[in-house]
Amino acid sequence: MSKQRVKFTFLDDLVKQPIIYRLGQSFDIVTNIRRADVREDMGWVVLELDGDDADIQRGLDWVSAIGVRIDPVSGDVVEG
Amino acid sequence: MSFISGLKCRECGREFPAEPLNVCDFCFGPLEVVYDYATISEVISHDRISSGPLSIWRYQDLLPASGEDPVDIMAGFTPLMKARNLGKRLGLNNLYIKNDSVNPSFSFKDRVVSVASTKAVEFGFDTLACASTGNLACSVAAHSARAGVRSYVFIPWDLETGKIVGAAVYGPTLVSVEGTYDEVNRLCSELADNYPWAFVNINMRPYYAEGSKTLGYEVAEQLDWRLPDHVVIPSASGAMFTKIWKGFNELACLGLLDGVEASSFGPDQNTVHHPAVTTRMHMAQAEGCSPIVSAWANGQAHVLPVRPNTIAKSLAIGNPADGIYAIRVLNESGGTATAVPEPEVVEGIKLLAETEGIFTETAGGVTVSALKSLAESGAIQPDELAVVYITGNGLKTLEAVDSVVNPLSIKPTMRSFEGALNERIGVGG
Repeated sequence: MSKQRVKFTFLDDLVKQPIIYRLGQSFDIVTNIRRADVREDMGWVVLELDGDDADIQRGLDWVSAIGVRIDPVSGDVVEG
Repeated sequence: MSFISGLKCRECGREFPAEPLNVCDFCFGPLEVVYDYATISEVISHDRISSGPLSIWRYQDLLPASGEDPVDIMAGFTPLMKARNLGKRLGLNNLYIKNDSVNPSFSFKDRVVSVASTKAVEFGFDTLACASTGNLACSVAAHSARAGVRSYVFIPWDLETGKIVGAAVYGPTLVSVEGTYDEVNRLCSELADNYPWAFVNINMRPYYAEGSKTLGYEVAEQLDWRLPDHVVIPSASGAMFTKIWKGFNELACLGLLDGVEASSFGPDQNTVHHPAVTTRMHMAQAEGCSPIVSAWANGQAHVLPVRPNTIAKSLAIGNPADGIYAIRVLNESGGTATAVPEPEVVEGIKLLAETEGIFTETAGGVTVSALKSLAESGAIQPDELAVVYITGNGLKTLEAVDSVVNPLSIKPTMRSFEGALNERIGVGG
């Protein structure tokens, strides 16, 4: 079991989809939203994911595949 | 001694002890250093600063680590020179260059890494780490050598070897990560949570970022404790941009600027704006990675991440941690943000080299091209005092300008030389 902190950024129609609900239901991950801002045309959510390592990875792969951008909560850490 | 009193979340305001933390446990917002400015104001003075070392540690009272035994390779106190030739070319009579390309590992990163390394040693870490494609790697490796501690430098697998020679020479453990840029980002964030290492820009980030304030202090001191009318600054994460602004405002609030009365820092130290600070902050990004410029130009309250595609690799941060705070500074200072078209990056490098004899890396090309655009648009008036920050050395990105190499090829005879010269410029034998 492990925890991961991530930021999801949604654009366009993805804003209207229950992605975080499905992530929890389909991949057996506990999702815990800490901060968010969702508007008509975009939104972001900072959340913690709690679950089995492999489940979290499969869940993140699914989120990414449907077009949500996933980033570390502290922004890019690879610097020039 | 250090006058830090703790850390505070920029989003929810919760307070934390001064430990190796960068994210608020409650809302996952970024943490910032909190200082005891009341005590600082009792000890700090121009004399105290000028009697300090010729490095960033002359400002130790305003840094979050003790300057008594810093990890110091003499970062900072770099030249501020009047740019008469470049100024003449751009129609600016009061243009100065802050040449930070002459730091010990040839970029401004030495400032932030010196602070982070010093704090890491204070905390008892025996290992420094970072993920980098260039300047940060060099600086972390150099400072770990100086401190006598281990270092791990993570690089994307497709990075050319030449880009990392300047880091490898100091003897770090180099780790080449097979994955996309985003995967390297995620891995290193995870490593920082699981290894007892000081990742300079992750768990040490609140302290690390404060090192950039010295770019503001130095310019003010080198201008006899005045501030410029305009500054032009390259931006990647947005941290340096916000910290230079913070540095200017700290000097004002502490009464260290010429003719400015000291004043209270107010309820939030990190957003204080002293009315005497009228410098307009101009940001420069390369068009191929300009998320902050786009958000500012579109009036957005959020920065949408992008996938970097620019030759200015040292500015290639697609998801800038301090982007929204940088936008606040842009708006508060009445500044502007410019996305420089990619072909103009190299033009900027050449313009600076040909007019002032300074060879900068691609980030400097971005900054000089943005300056040119600001001068042409009239955003900077001819007699206003402007400072352009050059933050890295051209020897780091030689491939960006290899087209300038076009020698006269001759036989070892006078006739051959004069013939070739005549052909090139129409003079000689």
